[in-house]
Amino acid sequence: MSDSKSEPLDLFKVLLDEKVHVKLRGAREITGRLHAYDSHCNIVLSDAVETIYDTDANDQLISTQKKSEVIFVRGDSVILVSSPNDV
Amino acid sequence: MLFLSFFKTLVDREITVELKNGVEITGTLKTADQYFNLKLDNVKCKNEDKFPHLSSVKSIFLRGSTVRYVHLSKGDVDTNLLQDASRRGKLH
Repeated sequence: MSDSKSEPLDLFKVLLDEKVHVKLRGAREITGRLHAYDSHCNIVLSDAVETIYDTDANDQLISTQKKSEVIFVRGDSVILVSSPNDV
Repeated sequence: MLFLSFFKTLVDREITVELKNGVEITGTLKTADQYFNLKLDNVKCKNEDKFPHLSSVKSIFLRGSTVRYVHLSKGDVDTNLLQDASRRGKLH
Protein backbone atom coordinates (compact mmCIF):
# COMPACT_ATOMS: atom_id res chain seq x y z
CA MET A 1 0.00 0.00 0.00
CA SER A 2 2.80 2.37 0.97
CA ASP A 3 4.93 1.42 -2.02
CA SER A 4 3.22 2.26 -5.28
CA LYS A 5 5.19 -0.21 -7.37
CA SER A 6 5.29 -3.22 -5.08
CA GLU A 7 5.52 -6.70 -6.57
CA PRO A 8 4.61 -10.14 -5.22
CA LEU A 9 8.30 -11.13 -5.07
CA ASP A 10 8.99 -8.24 -2.65
CA LEU A 11 7.67 -10.58 0.04
CA PHE A 12 10.81 -12.70 -0.36
CA LYS A 13 13.00 -9.67 0.27
CA VAL A 14 11.24 -9.07 3.61
CA LEU A 15 11.67 -12.74 4.55
CA LEU A 16 15.43 -12.96 3.84
CA ASP A 17 17.30 -14.32 6.88
CA GLU A 18 13.93 -15.12 8.52
CA LYS A 19 12.28 -18.45 9.23
CA VAL A 20 9.88 -19.34 6.44
CA HIS A 21 7.35 -22.04 5.75
CA VAL A 22 7.20 -23.44 2.22
CA LYS A 23 4.44 -25.66 0.86
CA LEU A 24 5.49 -27.93 -2.00
CA ARG A 25 3.95 -30.28 -4.51
CA GLY A 26 3.64 -33.90 -3.47
CA ALA A 27 2.23 -33.22 0.06
CA ARG A 28 5.51 -31.79 1.34
CA GLU A 29 6.32 -28.81 3.51
CA ILE A 30 9.64 -27.29 4.56
CA THR A 31 10.48 -24.82 7.29
CA GLY A 32 13.88 -23.16 7.35
CA ARG A 33 15.79 -19.88 7.20
CA LEU A 34 15.57 -18.18 3.80
CA HIS A 35 18.91 -17.14 2.27
CA ALA A 36 18.27 -16.80 -1.46
CA TYR A 37 15.49 -16.71 -4.04
CA ASP A 38 14.90 -15.78 -7.67
CA SER A 39 11.93 -15.07 -9.92
CA HIS A 40 11.32 -18.81 -10.52
CA CYS A 41 10.86 -19.29 -6.75
CA ASN A 42 14.08 -21.30 -6.61
CA ILE A 43 15.09 -20.94 -2.96
CA VAL A 44 17.90 -21.81 -0.55
CA LEU A 45 17.07 -22.57 3.08
CA SER A 46 19.29 -23.49 6.02
CA ASP A 47 18.45 -25.69 9.03
CA ALA A 48 15.57 -27.02 6.98
CA VAL A 49 13.03 -29.53 8.24
CA GLU A 50 11.02 -31.26 5.55
CA THR A 51 7.70 -32.88 6.45
CA ILE A 52 6.22 -35.43 4.04
CA TYR A 53 2.55 -36.36 4.50
CA ASP A 54 1.21 -39.75 3.51
CA THR A 55 -1.48 -42.22 4.51
CA ASP A 56 -0.84 -45.69 5.89
CA ALA A 57 -2.69 -48.93 5.06
CA ASN A 58 -5.62 -47.82 7.29
CA ASP A 59 -5.91 -44.42 5.59
CA GLN A 60 -4.49 -42.70 8.67
CA LEU A 61 -2.42 -39.60 8.03
CA ILE A 62 1.26 -40.14 8.77
CA SER A 63 4.10 -37.66 8.47
CA THR A 64 7.83 -38.20 8.25
CA GLN A 65 10.44 -35.53 8.89
CA LYS A 66 13.84 -35.10 7.28
CA LYS A 67 16.48 -32.56 8.23
CA SER A 68 18.98 -30.83 5.98
CA GLU A 69 21.78 -28.38 6.83
CA VAL A 70 21.28 -26.37 3.63
CA ILE A 71 18.77 -27.17 0.92
CA PHE A 72 18.19 -25.78 -2.57
CA VAL A 73 14.55 -26.17 -3.64
CA ARG A 74 13.76 -26.01 -7.34
CA GLY A 75 11.04 -23.41 -7.96
CA ASP A 76 8.70 -25.61 -9.98
CA SER A 77 7.86 -27.61 -6.82
CA VAL A 78 6.93 -24.53 -4.78
CA ILE A 79 3.23 -23.84 -4.07
CA LEU A 80 3.47 -21.10 -1.44
CA VAL A 81 5.94 -19.34 0.83
CA SER A 82 4.85 -17.73 4.09
CA SER A 83 6.17 -16.50 7.39
CA PRO A 84 5.63 -19.24 10.03
CA ASN A 85 4.10 -16.55 12.31
CA ASP A 86 1.17 -16.25 9.90
CA VAL A 87 0.16 -19.90 10.25
CA MET B 1 21.95 -15.73 -12.83
CA LEU B 2 22.23 -15.88 -9.05
CA PHE B 3 21.74 -19.63 -8.72
CA LEU B 4 23.96 -20.48 -11.68
CA SER B 5 26.80 -18.59 -9.97
CA PHE B 6 25.83 -20.37 -6.76
CA PHE B 7 26.14 -23.80 -8.38
CA LYS B 8 29.46 -22.81 -9.96
CA THR B 9 30.82 -22.14 -6.45
CA LEU B 10 29.86 -25.72 -5.53
CA VAL B 11 31.96 -27.36 -8.27
CA ASP B 12 34.20 -30.12 -6.85
CA ARG B 13 32.08 -30.25 -3.67
CA GLU B 14 30.04 -33.24 -2.63
CA ILE B 15 26.31 -32.66 -2.99
CA THR B 16 23.19 -34.80 -2.72
CA VAL B 17 20.53 -34.36 -5.37
CA GLU B 18 16.98 -35.57 -4.68
CA LEU B 19 14.98 -36.11 -7.85
CA LYS B 20 11.23 -35.80 -8.29
CA ASN B 21 10.96 -39.61 -8.63
CA GLY B 22 12.53 -40.11 -5.18
CA VAL B 23 16.03 -41.11 -6.30
CA GLU B 24 18.75 -39.55 -4.12
CA ILE B 25 22.19 -39.30 -5.66
CA THR B 26 25.34 -38.19 -3.86
CA GLY B 27 28.34 -37.18 -5.91
CA THR B 28 30.98 -34.58 -6.71
CA LEU B 29 29.55 -31.70 -8.75
CA LYS B 30 31.54 -31.25 -11.97
CA THR B 31 29.49 -28.74 -14.00
CA ALA B 32 26.20 -26.83 -13.94
CA ASP B 33 24.47 -24.74 -16.61
CA GLN B 34 21.66 -22.20 -16.86
CA TYR B 35 18.98 -24.93 -16.73
CA PHE B 36 20.58 -26.35 -13.57
CA ASN B 37 21.50 -29.44 -15.54
CA LEU B 38 24.15 -31.06 -13.35
CA LYS B 39 27.01 -33.42 -13.99
CA LEU B 40 28.19 -35.51 -11.05
CA ASP B 41 31.18 -37.83 -10.68
CA ASN B 42 31.80 -40.59 -8.11
CA VAL B 43 28.06 -41.00 -7.77
CA LYS B 44 26.40 -43.18 -5.19
CA CYS B 45 22.66 -43.74 -4.95
CA LYS B 46 21.62 -43.08 -1.34
CA ASN B 47 18.51 -45.27 -1.48
CA GLU B 48 20.01 -48.10 -3.53
CA ASP B 49 17.66 -50.64 -1.95
CA LYS B 50 14.76 -48.89 -3.69
CA PHE B 51 16.58 -48.04 -6.92
CA PRO B 52 19.16 -50.79 -7.58
CA HIS B 53 19.48 -49.94 -11.29
CA LEU B 54 21.92 -47.11 -10.48
CA SER B 55 24.35 -49.24 -8.48
CA SER B 56 26.96 -49.50 -11.25
CA VAL B 57 26.76 -45.86 -12.42
CA LYS B 58 29.95 -43.84 -11.76
CA SER B 59 29.23 -40.56 -13.53
CA ILE B 60 25.86 -39.02 -14.28
CA PHE B 61 24.18 -36.15 -16.15
CA LEU B 62 20.97 -34.91 -14.53
CA ARG B 63 18.41 -32.86 -16.44
CA GLY B 64 17.64 -29.81 -14.29
CA SER B 65 13.86 -30.21 -14.55
CA THR B 66 13.95 -33.59 -12.75
CA VAL B 67 15.54 -32.11 -9.62
CA ARG B 68 13.43 -31.56 -6.52
CA TYR B 69 16.13 -30.65 -3.97
CA VAL B 70 19.87 -30.26 -3.71
CA HIS B 71 21.16 -30.96 -0.20
CA LEU B 72 24.36 -29.14 0.77
CA SER B 73 26.75 -28.89 3.70
CA LYS B 74 26.77 -25.71 5.76
CA GLY B 75 30.50 -25.26 5.20
CA ASP B 76 30.04 -25.12 1.43
CA VAL B 77 27.56 -22.20 1.48
CA ASP B 78 28.16 -18.50 2.26
CA THR B 79 24.67 -17.48 3.39
CA ASN B 80 25.54 -13.77 3.75
CA LEU B 81 26.77 -13.64 0.17
CA LEU B 82 23.56 -15.29 -1.02
CA GLN B 83 21.39 -12.84 0.90
CA ASP B 84 23.27 -9.82 -0.42
CA ALA B 85 22.95 -11.12 -3.99
CA SER B 86 19.22 -11.75 -3.49
CA ARG B 87 18.66 -8.27 -2.00
CA ARG B 88 20.44 -6.63 -4.90
CA GLY B 89 17.93 -8.52 -7.03
CA LYS B 90 20.44 -9.54 -9.67
CA LEU B 91 18.32 -10.73 -12.57
CA HIS B 92 14.96 -10.94 -10.85
